[in-house]
Amino acid sequence: MKTSDDALRKGLFILLLAVPLVSQASVVDEQLVSYQATGAGPFSAQKGEQLWQQKVVSEKDGRTRSCTTCHGNDLRSTGKHAKTGKTIEPLSPAVNAESLSSAKKIRKWFKRNCKWTWGRECTPQEKGDLLSFIRNQ
Amino acid sequence: MDNSKSKTWSIVLTMGFTLGLVGISGMVLSDDDDDYEGNDRWSQSRLDVAPVDNAFYKEECGSCHFPYQPGLLPARSWQRLMDGLEDHFAENAELEAADVEQLTTYLTENAADTSDYKRSRGISRSLDKNDAPLRISTTRYFKRKHHELPDRMVKDNPDVRSFSNCELCHERAAQGSYDEHQVKVPGYADWDD
Repeated sequence: MKTSDDALRKGLFILLLAVPLVSQASVVDEQLVSYQATGAGPFSAQKGEQLWQQKVVSEKDGRTRSCTTCHGNDLRSTGKHAKTGKTIEPLSPAVNAESLSSAKKIRKWFKRNCKWTWGRECTPQEKGDLLSFIRNQ
Repeated sequence: MDNSKSKTWSIVLTMGFTLGLVGISGMVLSDDDDDYEGNDRWSQSRLDVAPVDNAFYKEECGSCHFPYQPGLLPARSWQRLMDGLEDHFAENAELEAADVEQLTTYLTENAADTSDYKRSRGISRSLDKNDAPLRISTTRYFKRKHHELPDRMVKDNPDVRSFSNCELCHERAAQGSYDEHQVKVPGYADWDD
């Protein structure tokens, strides 16, 4: 009886730990499905990594911009806002449970940051590749 | 003899009294941290601006920069700012329309020109009626309060960089307190104006 109680408790504990991961995964998967609905796919984490590093010279200030400008090369570390210097929490879901957990936030930041970094919106293909890369960091 | 003596005394007394008055009014006028003499002068414990009490605002705006209190700009400024989030001081800060509306309502309803707090009234009064500045640091009130600060302490100070970073020097800025006696400029620990 006691052992089964313990097992139940353990099971519950593991389940609770897994909940954020499950919700992250499903949020990201839903996004990928919505990109596929526009004709994009299949998605590649490797492509995503190349995009992550891709440098574009800004028409606005002539300086080179990339995702790493603010987020850095290591997604498990904090980043720093290029202008305000404010700390940006790590994007890696492995170290930041909040990352990729909200579809609304994913939409918001893709829109803003693609425009700032590359001067245009990202395509569904690019978003899918980037998400595939980020989720595995 | 007696008469001239008392006359002398009355002149001395009058002069003393006048000097005293000048002294007191001088103290009042030179208290640069105080815009409203009279009643406000005696309620220093009050905060300078109403602190931010909106979690959504803190989250949305505060994730990139110090969440400036709505009471630091008039409603017409906030309206103008929220109408141009696509080019937000050269950053893209676009939001969904419903979110823009929600934030604009919070900002305009608590703006400087609707607030009773000391700094809010000071900022509001320092602006012309149709003036809608986007930067708090360009208001006359702000400039007057910061005019003595040389570039080396703010713009050229790598730990500060800009007047936009309120909280780096005003340690209780997030609570709505901008008391000049609590100012600590990074790298200038012993500085005192």
